[in-house]
Amino acid sequence: MTLYNREQIQDIIFDALGAIAPEVEPAMIAPDRPLREQIDIDSFDFLNFIIRLHETLGIDIPEKDYAELLTLNSAVEYLVRRCAADQ
Amino acid sequence: MYEFHMPSLGADMEAGTLVEWLIKPGDEVQRGQVVAVVETQKGAVDVEIWEAGTVDKLVVVTGRKVPVGELLALLRTVGEPAAAAPETPKTPGTPHVATAPAITAAALPRAEAAAVSAVSARLRVSPSARKLAEELGVDIASVQAAEPGAVISRADVERAAQAKTLTPVAAKPAAPDWHAQMRMAIAAAMSRSKREIPHYYLATNIDVTAVSSWLETENLKRSVTERLLPVVPFMKAVALALREVPELNGFWIDGALRSSASVHLGMAIAMRGGGLVAPAIHDADRKSLDQLMADLRDLITRVRSGRLRSSEMSDPTVTFTSLGEQGVEGVFGVIYPPQVAIVGLGKITERPWVEGGAVVVRKVATATLAADHRASDGHRGGLFLAALDRLLQEPERLR
Repeated sequence: MTLYNREQIQDIIFDALGAIAPEVEPAMIAPDRPLREQIDIDSFDFLNFIIRLHETLGIDIPEKDYAELLTLNSAVEYLVRRCAADQ
Repeated sequence: MYEFHMPSLGADMEAGTLVEWLIKPGDEVQRGQVVAVVETQKGAVDVEIWEAGTVDKLVVVTGRKVPVGELLALLRTVGEPAAAAPETPKTPGTPHVATAPAITAAALPRAEAAAVSAVSARLRVSPSARKLAEELGVDIASVQAAEPGAVISRADVERAAQAKTLTPVAAKPAAPDWHAQMRMAIAAAMSRSKREIPHYYLATNIDVTAVSSWLETENLKRSVTERLLPVVPFMKAVALALREVPELNGFWIDGALRSSASVHLGMAIAMRGGGLVAPAIHDADRKSLDQLMADLRDLITRVRSGRLRSSEMSDPTVTFTSLGEQGVEGVFGVIYPPQVAIVGLGKITERPWVEGGAVVVRKVATATLAADHRASDGHRGGLFLAALDRLLQEPERLR
């Protein structure tokens, strides 16, 4: 498994979000505010977001960890940590 | 000879433009086969035929706007000789496309007809392609389809976008129009609903702790791609509860209720950037949760980036809306005519709950029903919500 740095993880998140909500402008996302307040996504979109992260990063994100993906910052932290732990 | 007519793809449709024939004279067709693409205010729809046979004649040419109910094609049914038999009226055994909402279109306000003709100038574009063009700043009128007469697809738009790379985005062409179309369609259907249907409304709080924990355990066992969305067990419970109160499942047509033996659950699905459709998940009461999840996934994906099928548009027997996503605690819906009920589910929240004389914290959701008082009474509606509550207490039996 590849080790990703913060920037790479952030790009992967933007790609995953962009595939679901093409109107999203990454530069407009406030990193410490909940993503769902800034992007119009529902639970179906969110599940697809998780699936895309799973496909790209090869990690399985359990439902109980969904809260860690609330903001861009927390999502980056969480995914960097998870990817490193899976090494 | 079987007559294939322009189906009504919902109460808000008066006419549709035939964008493409997928069959030609002499072709064999099967029941349920997609035979044509029709452009409606809610986007392009794959139209199915509900009779098997051989295509005898295509009556309408592509590009024409056709009123609901007009003859589109003639079909020789199985065993019928090539020489045309006397035309028979449509049989009651083919309910999918032709029946229910057809008459409803006539009652729609004239404003809608104007709206339909406004689109005809820029037809032959799939809605997702139109949206993509808007996003990429491509003038949809300048996009060429891959082959003459074909529907402009996302790929065509992408090609056009590449051709004009680095050209700064000038105008946003199709967007306002598309939104206006969608709003017009919703306005017509909802105005008619509030004008004609005497709604009554019921609400009840349901303890959903059992179903929530069951789902949590179930999803823990599943890989991310196999997980069930929280709404899925509710869909099943709603469909099963409707079987117990058939007055809520069906259509009000010609002054009478026509209950449906099948539960085709219309799922209210928001479209990105506004608007909504409520296409059917067929026979929801008889499907497993996995099948319901697969169908829901397929449906939402096609609502947002593909094409719906005519049967999904025309035959939901009831609508289910779960606005809980946005944090709404209760939703009192507007019935989509000629249906007779809409079931709503609010957000699941932890609330104080009295149980055995003590106050405990439970996961609770508010389930609502808006129903047509011509077709049912509050007492029956109440029984439906009670059945829903009961079914949700035994989630393992919803499978």
